[in-house]
Amino acid sequence: MSDEELRTDGGGATADTRWNLGGVTIEDAALYLVLAFAAVFYLVPIESGLVTSFKTGTAIIETAPFAPPGPSGFTFEKWQTAIDALLRGMGNSLLYAVPATVISAVVGSITAYGLTIPTWKKSYKAVVLMLIIAGIFIPYQAVLVPLTQFWSQWAQLDQLLSFVWALGISNDYAGIVELVITHVAYGIPICTLLFRTYYKTMSEEMIESARLDGATLRRVYRRIVLPLSGPMFAVVLIYQFTQIWNDLLFTLVLVSTESSPAAPVVLILAGLGTSLEGQDFALRMAGAFFAALPTLAVYIFFGEEFAEGVAA
Amino acid sequence: MLDFYRRLYRTIRPSSGDDEPRPNDGEVRADGGVVSDGPAADSPTEPDQGATARLKAALDRRFGSDFMESSIFWLPPFLLMGLFVYGAVIWNLLISLTDYERFENAPDYSNLDFEMYTRAFADSGFIDAAVNTLILLVLFTMGTLAVGLLLAILIDRGIRFENSFRTIYLLPMSLSFVVTAQFWLWIYNYNNGIANSVIGTFGLGPVSWLGNQDIVLYAIIFALMWQFSGYAMVVYLAGLRAIPREHYEAAKVDGASSLKMYWRVIIPQLKGATISAAVVLMVFGMKAFDFLYSLVGGYRPPNGADILATKMVREAYANLNWAYGSAIAIVLFAMALGVIGPYLVYEYRRDNL
Repeated sequence: MSDEELRTDGGGATADTRWNLGGVTIEDAALYLVLAFAAVFYLVPIESGLVTSFKTGTAIIETAPFAPPGPSGFTFEKWQTAIDALLRGMGNSLLYAVPATVISAVVGSITAYGLTIPTWKKSYKAVVLMLIIAGIFIPYQAVLVPLTQFWSQWAQLDQLLSFVWALGISNDYAGIVELVITHVAYGIPICTLLFRTYYKTMSEEMIESARLDGATLRRVYRRIVLPLSGPMFAVVLIYQFTQIWNDLLFTLVLVSTESSPAAPVVLILAGLGTSLEGQDFALRMAGAFFAALPTLAVYIFFGEEFAEGVAA
Repeated sequence: MLDFYRRLYRTIRPSSGDDEPRPNDGEVRADGGVVSDGPAADSPTEPDQGATARLKAALDRRFGSDFMESSIFWLPPFLLMGLFVYGAVIWNLLISLTDYERFENAPDYSNLDFEMYTRAFADSGFIDAAVNTLILLVLFTMGTLAVGLLLAILIDRGIRFENSFRTIYLLPMSLSFVVTAQFWLWIYNYNNGIANSVIGTFGLGPVSWLGNQDIVLYAIIFALMWQFSGYAMVVYLAGLRAIPREHYEAAKVDGASSLKMYWRVIIPQLKGATISAAVVLMVFGMKAFDFLYSLVGGYRPPNGADILATKMVREAYANLNWAYGSAIAIVLFAMALGVIGPYLVYEYRRDNL
């Protein structure tokens, strides 16, 4: 490679190939410009949704979609309506998302432990692991009709739980129980995989010596592995909560109607702001933000763990 | 079944850990069945203890020393998952061979044929949906990977505010498809949307993004790229961080330009990251159902944007053609398998499972 090529190269590390502009190189300025432009690109849809949610009907038409509403075009009315419509859905969503998240994380941890720390034949282990990992990637459409059959014909929870409905709870809540079990079953693969990548990096000596001292596997799990799993539990809980909260497909087929008292928030949101007169965008945006609040809060407070969860 | 299992486990537990069988675990008969319900320690002298030891030794030899003891941890969850995933897929295959439709309570399994599959391949709507699915998967995956790689390389240059940029780029990924669909519906709005005002400044448009059936699929792919390129960036960033610094230095000493260095030295080392990100993205792409459903608030996506995932749910849950929906689901499953199968083999070969 000739010297000339080296000198015209914008990305070289040697200082003499950079133009200097008061301590900031052109190259750096361009880099930050591109990054800032990308940040705008990622934020604009969210920002424009946020400002729109506070606009009156006339302000929506008169102001630019990303511009904040003027004082005359500002209203809380749409948020009020959205909260009224979605609040019960929030409660219902929490009702299945929290238990399903916790159970699938705990079960995933136990499963991953059984498949990582104990020694048994590698080729058999690989088969089990392959089946589990493939379970992460199954398109859920391939199980929907049997799932409907299973819950409606085989395991009729609304009859099994009739003593609960006797207490005055709508039997639509059978759908919530179904959602918990369904989400746990389909959540096991990803939780197992996440915990397994973590357990693989665990110090083997400590576990080996405990085993040589005659500790059972159960004891090793309780005394050594579980206490060290804290950071991974944070990652898995956050990832699973986001996934379960955000999922629409299962709620659509298991709870089915947005008018049901047990309707989760995503189901109500999908139909919000649509009417014969057209779409009420301000209402839709307010609803979208309200429904996204829990996952946004999780993301803002635990961004690192979320990034770790998706990257694994 | 579970009870049998628990007792079998209880009998074998005291002897594992050290591989010497102890004399008192005699609850399992030679035929593998379990009889006594009492605590294991109370039955010290059972006649066929040798058989137990032999059975355990045989199991140990075949599966490895911890197999039986560890299975209490992974087998029950594995069975639950297996039932819901693989059991359901097989059941789905069976249903797709029946003529199950409308308000029948259960499929009639006595008369199985491939009628639903021949019907699918004669259905132009199905062919369109399959083609759209392929276009969406390929363009969405490649586009997202390219944007993600670019962002990762830029962010990896030791910039300030790295965390803030990363947080912003990944933010859309934390949102539900149902939520992002609302945002994009607004952006693509014909009269007031941002998309039209942006291209309007260049003297173009306005374009009916969701109404024109030649455009709508690409508009949706763009929205999905917005949502998931942050994910690709995170995966690539982890991959870049795993490359030893010396490789960059060596390339520089050799006089390679930045572009050449990335093209020849760095990108080939990101093969693993690319493959795993691509697999995950394709799966997200197949799940785009949620997005399309929320866009219109119903089972029928905009004309020109129907994919197999939406067609399957619509056929089954709106038109009540259960068997036909199942057949479409099997085609979708086969497509997923075509992606996942090679990936798993690849990971297994790399000893990464």
